[in-house]
Amino acid sequence: MTMEPILLRARGDKNSRTLGSYLKRGGYKALAKAIAMDPEEVIDEVKASGVRGRGGAGFPAGVKWSFVPKDLAKPTYMICNADESEPGTFKDRELILVDPHMVLEGIAIASYAIDAHTAYIYIRGEFVRETEILVKAISEARRKRYLGSDILGSGYELEIHIHRGAGAYICGEETALIESIEGKRGLPRLKPPFPAVVGVFGCPTVVNNVETLACVPHIIERGGAWFAAIGTERSTGTKLFCVSGHVERPGVYEAPMGTTFREIIEEFCGGVRGGRELKAFIPGGSSAPILPADRIDTPADFESVAEAGSMLGSGGVIVMDDTVDMVWALENLLTFYAHESCGQCTPCREGSDWALDVVRRIRRGQGRTKDIETLQRIARFASQGMTICPLGDAFCLPITSFLEHFGGEFEEAIAGAEQSVSTHLPVLPVRSDQALFEAEEVGR
Amino acid sequence: MTEAGTLPLTVATVEVVEEPTFDDFMESEIKRILKRYPDHGAALLPVLWLCQERWGWISAGIMRAVGQRLDLSPAFVEGVASFYTMYLLRPPGKYLLQVCTTLSCQLCGTSGIVDHLKEKLGIDFGETTKDGRFTLVDVQCLGACGEAPVVQINNDYYTNLTEKCLDEILDGLGE
Repeated sequence: MTMEPILLRARGDKNSRTLGSYLKRGGYKALAKAIAMDPEEVIDEVKASGVRGRGGAGFPAGVKWSFVPKDLAKPTYMICNADESEPGTFKDRELILVDPHMVLEGIAIASYAIDAHTAYIYIRGEFVRETEILVKAISEARRKRYLGSDILGSGYELEIHIHRGAGAYICGEETALIESIEGKRGLPRLKPPFPAVVGVFGCPTVVNNVETLACVPHIIERGGAWFAAIGTERSTGTKLFCVSGHVERPGVYEAPMGTTFREIIEEFCGGVRGGRELKAFIPGGSSAPILPADRIDTPADFESVAEAGSMLGSGGVIVMDDTVDMVWALENLLTFYAHESCGQCTPCREGSDWALDVVRRIRRGQGRTKDIETLQRIARFASQGMTICPLGDAFCLPITSFLEHFGGEFEEAIAGAEQSVSTHLPVLPVRSDQALFEAEEVGR
Repeated sequence: MTEAGTLPLTVATVEVVEEPTFDDFMESEIKRILKRYPDHGAALLPVLWLCQERWGWISAGIMRAVGQRLDLSPAFVEGVASFYTMYLLRPPGKYLLQVCTTLSCQLCGTSGIVDHLKEKLGIDFGETTKDGRFTLVDVQCLGACGEAPVVQINNDYYTNLTEKCLDEILDGLGE
C-alpha cells in the first residue's frame, strides 16, 4: 500500500527542523484553526478521527482528553511522553529529529483543548541532541508567538518546558512519568484515580505519546473524518513502524494501519537480511508476544494483531532470522526487564529476576525438567493485575509466547543439560550466576 | 536562551569537590528551573543534571548541597539519584562508552563490538581505564534500534558500528 507520508513528509528536507521550513509546509495553520474553535469542538474532532494512543496502549486520544474535569479550580497539565524506551521502538526520536515543530504544534493544540497553560515534554535522558533540537524549536516558536503568552494574538497562553529523564524505562508508564516530573523515584501509581483527574502536582493531567500528538495538527487541519478514512475501521490513520533486527533496510516506515507485516518486512525493508528465512518477529516492541514466521500476513492494526495473539504496541517490529537461538533471545529480553523493574511490586521485582535466572540456567546447559513449569508459574503470578503497572505483563508475555511458539527449543536445551543438578526449585531469586549456584548448594 | 532548558548540554571535566557550592551561573539556572514547576521538589531531576554537567558526577557532597538548596533531605535526594541509571554516583572516565546490549543491537552484532572494546581498552563493563580516559558500561535499549549496533559516547550516539569504525572514532577523540 503506497500513500503520501503524513508524519514523515518532511523527511529528506535538509532544513526540516527549522520554523521557516515548517511554515512552508503549512505549519501552525492547524493551531490557528484550533484556537478559533471551541476547545470542546477540538476534542470532538480528535474523537471523530479515532486516533488511538501510539505509545503502546492504544487508548483513543480524544476520549482521554474528554476525561479532564471542566471548571475545576485547579490548573490542568499537558505532558508529551518522549521517554521512548521500549526495545525495538525508535519512532519518536525520528519525529523529533525530522519535524520538531509538528510535535510542538500537536502539544499546543492538545493543551488548548484541555485548557492547559503549562505543558511538559518528558524526554529520555539519553536523547541529548534531540533535547537540544526541541529547546531550539521552542525558542523559535516563542519568538514568533506560536507559543508563550498571547499565542497568535488570541490571548491563549502556553509554556512548554522540557523535563529530562535520567535512565529509567519505567518512566514511560504515565504515572511513573508523573512521579518523575515531581522529582521522585519513578514508581507507578495505583489507578484510579487516573491522571486525567489527579495527575501531576495533584492536578488533572493528560499524557500523550509524541506520535499521537504529531497526528493532531493533521487531524485539525484536514478533519477527523479524513484521518478516520485512513487505515482500518477501528485502527485509524497511519502508523510509524520501526523495524530492526535481521532485515536488509531497518528503519522507520510510515504506512496506514492494517498494512501487513509481510509488506512491512518484505517490501519496505527489503526482506530478511542475506536472503535468510524468517523465523519470528515481535510486532509491537519487546513487551508484545513474539509471533512465528507463519503469522507474517497479519495486518498491522490493533485488532488484527490481537487476534493473531500479540499486540501492536508501539509499532516496534523486531525481526529474527533462522539463526536466532530463542533461549538466548528470551534471556536477552528478561535481562532488560529484570534491570528495569522499578522494584515496587514483589511479583515483578522478584519474578523478573527469577525468570531471568531460570532462562539463563537453561541456556548455560544447567536446565532442569521442571524449569518450563517454573517459568509458566512465574508468568501467571506476575501478570494480569498482580502488579500496579503493566511491567509485570511486559516481561511475562515474552515468556509465555516464547514457550508457546518455541517451547521445543527450551525443552531440547533442558534435555541436553547435565542431569547431575538437583531438581529443587530455587526459593530465592538471585541475580548473579555465582550467587545462583551458591543458593543451589544450600538447596541440596 | 529559553525557559525550556539549559543549553549547551555539555560534559564536564570530572571533578571531586569536598564542599560543592553553586556559583552565580548555577544559581541563576536553578532559579530558572524552579520557575518551571509549581512545586520546588520537581526541580530535583533538572538540578541533578545541572550538577552532573558541572562536576561530571553526583557525589554525596553534591547530593547534600542539592538537598539543602531544594529543601529536601539528603536521603531523599540519594533515593532519587540512585533510582536513575544516568546519574553517575562514581566519577567516570573522560569518555563514557555506553554500549546498548538489548535485543535489536545484539541481533546486529553488538557482542563483537563488546569483545573488541573490552580487549582494546583492557577493561570490563563498569570499569575505567587506568589513564582515566574511558569508562565502559553496558546499557539497556538506547532507542536507536534501526541503526544497530549503537554506542553512546558522552552525549552522542554512534550508530551502525563495526569494529573498524569504532577504532577510528576512539582514535579521533581528544586526549
